[in-house]
Order: sequence, then structure tokens, then C-alpha cells
Amino acid sequence: MRNLRRALTGWGRNNATVAEVRELPNHEVAAALHDIGPRGALARGLGRCYGDAAQNGGGLVLRLLGAGHEAVLHPEDGTVTVPAGVSMDDLLRILVPRGWFVPVTAGTRYVTIGGAIASDIHGKNHHVEGSFGSHVVTLDLMLADGSLVTVGPNVQPDLFWATVGGQGLTGIIMSATFRLLPIDTSMMTVDTNRIPNLEVLFAAMDEGDDRYRYSVAWIDLTARGGNLGRSVLTRGDHAPLDALEGRAALDPTAYAPRVLASVPPVIPPQGLLNKLSVAAFNELWFRKAPVERVDEVQSIAAFFHPLDMLAKWNLLYGTRGLVQYQFVVPFGAEETLRAIIERISSAGVTSFLAVLKRFGAANPAPLSFPTPGWTLALDVPGAVSSLGPLLHELDHMVLAVGGRHYLAKDGVTTPEMIRAGYPRLPEWQAVQRRVDPEGHWQSDLARRLQLTAPGGNS
Amino acid sequence: MNNAVGEAQTIVLLGGNSEIGVAVVKAALQPFTRTVVLACRHVAKGQQVAATLQREGLTVDVVEFDGADTASHQRVIDSIAERHGDLDLVVVAFGALGDAEVTRVDIAAAVELAHVNFTGAVSSIVATCNRLRSQGHGALVVLSSVAGERVRAANPVYGATKAGLDGFCQGYGDWLVGQGVRMLVVRPGFVRTAMTQGMKAAPFATTPEKVAEVTVKALRGTRRTVWAPPILQVVFSVLRHVPGPVWRRLPLG
Repeated sequence: MRNLRRALTGWGRNNATVAEVRELPNHEVAAALHDIGPRGALARGLGRCYGDAAQNGGGLVLRLLGAGHEAVLHPEDGTVTVPAGVSMDDLLRILVPRGWFVPVTAGTRYVTIGGAIASDIHGKNHHVEGSFGSHVVTLDLMLADGSLVTVGPNVQPDLFWATVGGQGLTGIIMSATFRLLPIDTSMMTVDTNRIPNLEVLFAAMDEGDDRYRYSVAWIDLTARGGNLGRSVLTRGDHAPLDALEGRAALDPTAYAPRVLASVPPVIPPQGLLNKLSVAAFNELWFRKAPVERVDEVQSIAAFFHPLDMLAKWNLLYGTRGLVQYQFVVPFGAEETLRAIIERISSAGVTSFLAVLKRFGAANPAPLSFPTPGWTLALDVPGAVSSLGPLLHELDHMVLAVGGRHYLAKDGVTTPEMIRAGYPRLPEWQAVQRRVDPEGHWQSDLARRLQLTAPGGNS
Repeated sequence: MNNAVGEAQTIVLLGGNSEIGVAVVKAALQPFTRTVVLACRHVAKGQQVAATLQREGLTVDVVEFDGADTASHQRVIDSIAERHGDLDLVVVAFGALGDAEVTRVDIAAAVELAHVNFTGAVSSIVATCNRLRSQGHGALVVLSSVAGERVRAANPVYGATKAGLDGFCQGYGDWLVGQGVRMLVVRPGFVRTAMTQGMKAAPFATTPEKVAEVTVKALRGTRRTVWAPPILQVVFSVLRHVPGPVWRRLPLG
């Protein structure tokens, strides 16, 4: 067991706190829980939450080890059982060559299965297939007293759904069984459209998204006026066998994603992403996209995880890191969404990548983020001045139309915004309190947003 | 907890009636901030300051705190944390200027000033950092003074307490690295406040608001020591090396 006191941050690389970090295999977790002090304990995956969800300042942070070969595939019912510490990257390398794909993937494959459930991650297919938790059959959860329970949608459903999206505050997810998607090839067929403005984008997504399993739009937030909301819409599905030609057809499920480069640790403190470079990048990205292209064949990595090709890309933001801001507003609130985009654009905030997506139906988890509507996610350099007050202003706009923020991304909002955005929070707190009466599970996120009921946290 | 853009949820001011301290708190206040604790000797006066900070969604708490009563420091800090949760930003601003005419000759007055300004400050900083280290995060602003950079005949006891405090903070701040606690030492020059009222202003005199601005800006960066106004760093890099007989005669107010 490696045991180390060190500073932890989310992927945004800001708001560090120091904790006792232990890397350990599943069978040592129960013993480690004997040492929980007043600052509690928390499981951490690969630290890809942008904010403080996987930090526990002054407390214990457990990193569960796990490797792809420990996954057990059940081809008869199309499910897999995986230790929670295994990364999506490891798992895909095992699954894809065998003709299976994960039910939901985020924009990076460097997340663990435990983290995917605790954040209830969503992907480009949310509008048709929901979030990760909706595909989980059962999961093994270690409670604060060291006992292990198996829960699922039909076994202790209240605890199961409190754990899905529960930010690790109900216990430690030790392993999970979830449904897979059978695939014929490791390639994607992709349609791309260059969209001139927001109105056209809303209409195109409303009209066409349901014909595709996967859909997402990249928006240029530096564009203003008549170009406001200009974007590149990419939609697709897994490629059938007959879509492949040449060498690709000989080994249709070949899968070997590569990291092409890594950002060297010699970035100036103010970062490399400024107004000029971001505007240039956005212009280029928009121009290079075809006005319309159909049935282009792309790899899984290029379609789902393009940023993974550049390791440690968060270093580009310099010492103050980046803030990701993601929210959802219900369908019908397009005017508010437009006002928010206008506000960001007019504030001159440099957003390197902003993506818009339509969410489908929510699942029963009280703290699961996705709910029917439009979700916008944007990356902003932490060095932008007066960013706090701007985001606070946006918070109010989001909440005014019944929207909410994504806990896995959040680093700036307040307890009031979360209470208003997640009206079922008390229901979740009741279950959390029942399985953790002494407040053993703690995190910086929980402290900042007062997620657990008063008295349950020190 | 702080948020991702460095805003503090809970701010504590030790020396709740210090003009510079209050200015720093006001400059650090954000919509995100939920709690301000004014810890001071004269609670009634602290209540008046509290009234100037009141706004919707902000709790302003005034607690009794005596910089000279070192035995109480840990208890006061811990009870603030028990009531308000993690402390994100603590400003150590209490202290007295003392009357140089008296402290230069009166032992009891000299000892009393040295005790509050140095011993009391060290004690409260250790007590605060014990708490911040157990949280694994937090920032501490300590108000030093250029008076400690090279102690003058004009106020030797005061200058020496600031020299000692500043020296302590340099070493202690180094020790804190890696423990999640950030220490920022602020060295203001002559600041126009009630404490200096009636005194002849020294060159580069500044205001509490300017000191606060420099402090809050520095908190966003990585520096561990700042001067207010910043030009004083250059001025003192020269003054530090001026020969003694010349230094003694310099008309520095």
C-alpha cells in the first residue's frame, strides 16, 4: 500500500488541498477504513472531475487499483463485471477487439468505472440512451462500517440510485456489472455540418438528433452578432461492417488508440491559451469543418476522445488552471441559453472548447445531472479576471429557468444554487445519512456545497 | 472551502477593528463568500464594523479575541471553525503602534507592545495554521511593515516586533509549503489610518484600500511577500544598504 500526504486538484488544476492518499487493491479497503479521522475518507479515480469532487482536504483519499484484465465479460447477456478502479481506457482495449463497447463514454477515456458511476457520466448518446448509471445492473458498495452490500435498480434501489451520481458520499464503489453495446467494427460513421448561427443549430439538433445514436455540437463562443453560436455539428453511429474498406475491413475491431504527444512542463505561468490563440483556434476549427459531409469513417478515439491524444492538455492553461462550467436548461429555455452565450461572448471570455448537446430523459438518481434540455459545457482559463462574479451571474440565469449545474465539473457555485437546482437533494441526504450516520464520507465538494445533511459532516 | 477561482467562503479577521484588516476583508469579499468573522478585543466596536459588511446571504460574526492572551488563541480559532466550518482566509492584523516616546524608556510599556505585536502574533499564527493544516488548505495573510525591514530610532520597539514577526513568517511560511497552507506576508509603508493620525506621513504613504488591493491581487498569484505600495521593495533594497550614520539622519517622517 502506497501512502502519501500530497496536494490534490481536479483536472482544472486549481484549488488544491492536501490529503493522505493511499493506493490500494480492493481487498485492503476495509482495513484502511479503520483509520478514518475527523476529516473522513473518499475514493478517487483518475482525478478527471474538473473541480473538487475527488478531493478531501485533511482527510483520507483512497485510490483503488485495478487493471483491465480483471474485467469479466459475460457475452451471453452482454454485460461485464469490472473492479471500480479500472479505467475506461483499459477496459476499451479489452472490450472493443471482442466486439463490445461501453454503454456511455465521456469525452475522455481516462476515467474509472467507479468515477463514471459516482458522477453518473453522460456522453454524446444521452438523448437516446441516458447516462452511465442507467446501464448498471448491480454494484458492490463498501459502507462506512466496512460491510459490503450489493445494490441495483431492483436491490435496495434507494441506495443504488443515491450512489449513482452520489459523488462517492454513500460508500466506496468496489465493482460494478453493467450492460454493453455490441459493435461490428471499431470505427464510426460520422456526419458533419457547419452551422452558421444558434437558431440554425437549435433547429438542426431538434429535427435530426433522434436519427443518430451520437450527437454533439462544438460552438465558437468567440463569435458575435450574426455569427453568434456558429458551430460544427457532428453526429454518428458505430460503423457497420460494410462501411469499412481496404485494410480496415481485414481487422474490423482493431483498436489501439495512441497518445500522440504530451504537453511539456515548461508552460509560462499565464498559460498559452489567450484571446488571440483561442480566437485563432476557433476560427481554424470552424473553417476546417466541411459545410456538409456524410458517412465519414472515423476511429473511436477520434470521434469520442480527441483531446486524449494530447496528454496533460490541462497544463496549457498555466498556473491558474482552467474552470469548466457545465449546466443544463430545459427545452423551451432557448432564449436564456442564447442570453448566456451572448453574455459569455460579450464578456470577452476566452473559451477554447464549448460543446452543446441535447439531453434525453433523466434517470431516477436524485443527484444525477442530466435532465431533458440543452446542456452547454465550456472551458475557461482560471486566469480570466472577474471570472467568479461572471459565473455567479450565469448561475442565476441558469437557475431562473429551472436549470442546474453538473457536480463533476463544478468548482465555483454555491450551496443555494445546488439546493435550488437539485430539489431532490433532501431525499438523497436522507439515504446518505442512513448509510453514513457518523459522516465518514467527506469531500471538498461536499463541504463547499453543503451536500450532506447538517451534522453528518465535520 | 475556496472555489476554483480562488474566492473564499469563510474569512476570519484577527484584529477585527484594524482598518487595514477590514479593508483586506472588504476587497476579498465576493458573492461566493458566506461568512466573515471579526475577532477583536472590543466586541461593541466590532459590531459597528460588522454593520458596514452586512449584506444578504452573508453571516458576519463578531467574537472576542485578545491578541495578548496567547493561552486563549487555539480555543478561539477552533471554536470559530466549529461554528463556521473550514477557514479559507485568515487575516492577522491586530497590533499596536505604541508611543515611541514611552516605549523607548518604559520597560513595562516596551514589553507590553512587544508581547502583543510579536508574541501574540506568533501565537495566533501557530494556532491558525494548526487548524489550516488539519484542513489541508487555507490562506493566511500577515500584516508586517516596512518598519521591520530596517528598524528606525523613530519607533524601535514597534519596528523590532515587525522585524521579528516578518522573520518568523519567512521561516514558518517555508515550513508550511506542501502542507496545503499558503502564507502571504504584506509589508505596507506608511498607511493613513486612525493609528497614524496626527503623524507626519512618510514618503510613498498609502491607504488601507490600496494595501488591500495589493494583498488580494497577490493572493491570486504565487508570491509569498508583497510590499504596499510595490515601489517600496525597490526603495528598501537601497535603504537597507545605506551606511548607519546616514540612515540615522534620514528624514523618513
